Amino acid sequence: MSEPILKVSNIESFYGPIMAIRGVSLELHPGSIATVLGANGAGKTTILKTISGVLDPLKGSVEFEGRPIQRMDPDKIVRLGISHVPEGREVFPFLTVRENLMMGAFLRRDRTGVNDDLERVYTYFPRLKERMIQPAGQLSGGEQQMLAISRALMNRPKVLLLDEPSLGLSPILVKEIFAIIRRINQESGTSILLVEQNAKMALETANYGYVLEVGRVVMDDTCERLLNSKDIQEFYLGATEEGARGEKRWKRKKTWR
Amino acid sequence: MLDFIQQLVNGIALGCVYGLIALGFVLIYKATEVVNFAQGELLMLGGFFAFTFITFMGLNYWIGFLLAVICMALLGSTIERVVVRPILGYPQFSIVMATIGLGFFARSVAGMIWGTDDLKIDTPFSRSVTENVVRIGSLVIADDKISIIVATVLLCIVLYLFFSRTRMGIAMQATSQNMLAAYYMGIPVKRVFSLIWAISAAVACFAGILLAPSTLIHTNVGFIGLKAFPAAVLGGFGSIPGALVGGIIIGVIEQLAGFYLPQGFKDVAAYIVLLLVLWFKPDGLFGMKMRKKV
Ligand SMILES: Nc1ncnc2c1ncn2[C@@H]1O[C@H](COP(=O)(O)OP(=O)(O)OP(=O)(O)O)[C@@H](O)[C@H]1O
Ligand SMILES: [Mg+2]
Repeated sequence: MSEPILKVSNIESFYGPIMAIRGVSLELHPGSIATVLGANGAGKTTILKTISGVLDPLKGSVEFEGRPIQRMDPDKIVRLGISHVPEGREVFPFLTVRENLMMGAFLRRDRTGVNDDLERVYTYFPRLKERMIQPAGQLSGGEQQMLAISRALMNRPKVLLLDEPSLGLSPILVKEIFAIIRRINQESGTSILLVEQNAKMALETANYGYVLEVGRVVMDDTCERLLNSKDIQEFYLGATEEGARGEKRWKRKKTWR
Repeated sequence: MLDFIQQLVNGIALGCVYGLIALGFVLIYKATEVVNFAQGELLMLGGFFAFTFITFMGLNYWIGFLLAVICMALLGSTIERVVVRPILGYPQFSIVMATIGLGFFARSVAGMIWGTDDLKIDTPFSRSVTENVVRIGSLVIADDKISIIVATVLLCIVLYLFFSRTRMGIAMQATSQNMLAAYYMGIPVKRVFSLIWAISAAVACFAGILLAPSTLIHTNVGFIGLKAFPAAVLGGFGSIPGALVGGIIIGVIEQLAGFYLPQGFKDVAAYIVLLLVLWFKPDGLFGMKMRKKV
């Protein structure tokens, strides 16, 4: 197997005295999609923040293309080619859609390349082109999500960190967004680390998955195998078991505990 | 009628200075959520720098002007780096106290360096009280008042173009709208903060030099900041056009109150207007109604 483009080893991150992740390791291989699943408060967002440098880990390392990047300033990390689509979109509400996109390209100086990328994200999301001169705060939630993804793509990243892109979107829009995520991965070979609550969508989209519980990775495997795993089916995909075994349900525990 | 126009123009000129100081408050507040109570002292220092370059060293007025503005911009970003950055993220109160302390410090240091006498700068607009005036019919307006208004308009155009057209200007707007997202874009947020302080200090210096012919330069000139504060609040504390309009409103009201009303009203007029406006519109005249969506 190839060298990972992004390698997180045993990181521990804190919010003040609260330890949010307790020794997490994961790998993202070039051109692949990896997903991190977990309940609310498991620490998914914290992992992404630690990678993109807005939060410094107390212990452990983050390596990008073999270089340690933990504790680097966020703008240096963005410059290396890691872009973060934050949870809850976080657009600049009073800037226009186009200005928001140009902020995604803040560190780039190649004008023609930036213009090409602008056209490219408009083909992914034609709705953004129609709303080019509207303030981003006036977009619907789904449109803001499209903008947040496009804005990150304007950096032409090698690694895209996506935090719950399906949050608050209608099922149709979720499908649409995930189709685009696959397309970005296939057309540009962008490696993607995807954090999701929507386990089904995430496992169908990604190649490899990690399951996070209270700040620890409790399970990791290829998405195919995860999709077939009993634990995942029961606790993340909401499958109910039928028949005789149903009576014993109260005894059933997650095998990783 | 003539008196009225005369007072109105003087009021607008004074208001422009309030507006520029208020602009400095607002720029820093919007980006960093710090209220800089030393803004008036930055204006004072700007005046002293200009005095040093123009009167003391005998440089050409425009060159001295430019040098003073540059020095103040450097000082502004140094203050950000040395005083503000280390306490950013601590309770507002500590930062407010730090800027108030900074104001006291600046006043006493200025007193030690430049003394406590009133100083005067020779400007191209104030050489002679009878000659440097514009006459329209029997209306007489001093050049230095006109220079304040014209310079403020020009400065506002430059700032507007900077904030709306340049990459760095838009990035500064972005940072003040959503700091975390600015980090995610790779905008160097710390450098943006320094730059904001530099611009605010440069604008204060600009105001200080424009004001010099009217009030002379002394260590207490910075108390004018206390008038600019209601201007900023009136404008909605967070709106740049609001700060300027608020400044002009306060300036005009103060001037007219001083002329038409009994003595003593001049200095409280601004606050009375402020209280009235806040009574009806607690967000200020230009308060932002639109809030970020979830
Ligand atoms: N700013 C913060 N200050 C203090 N604690 C925080 C902060 N942000 C998160 N936490 C805590 O850190 C833990 C992990 O939070 P995190 O946001 O990473 O969870 P998550 O897996 O992304 O959850 P969700 O699915 O709800 O987004 C939680 O226990 C949370 O309470
Ligand atoms: Mg989260």
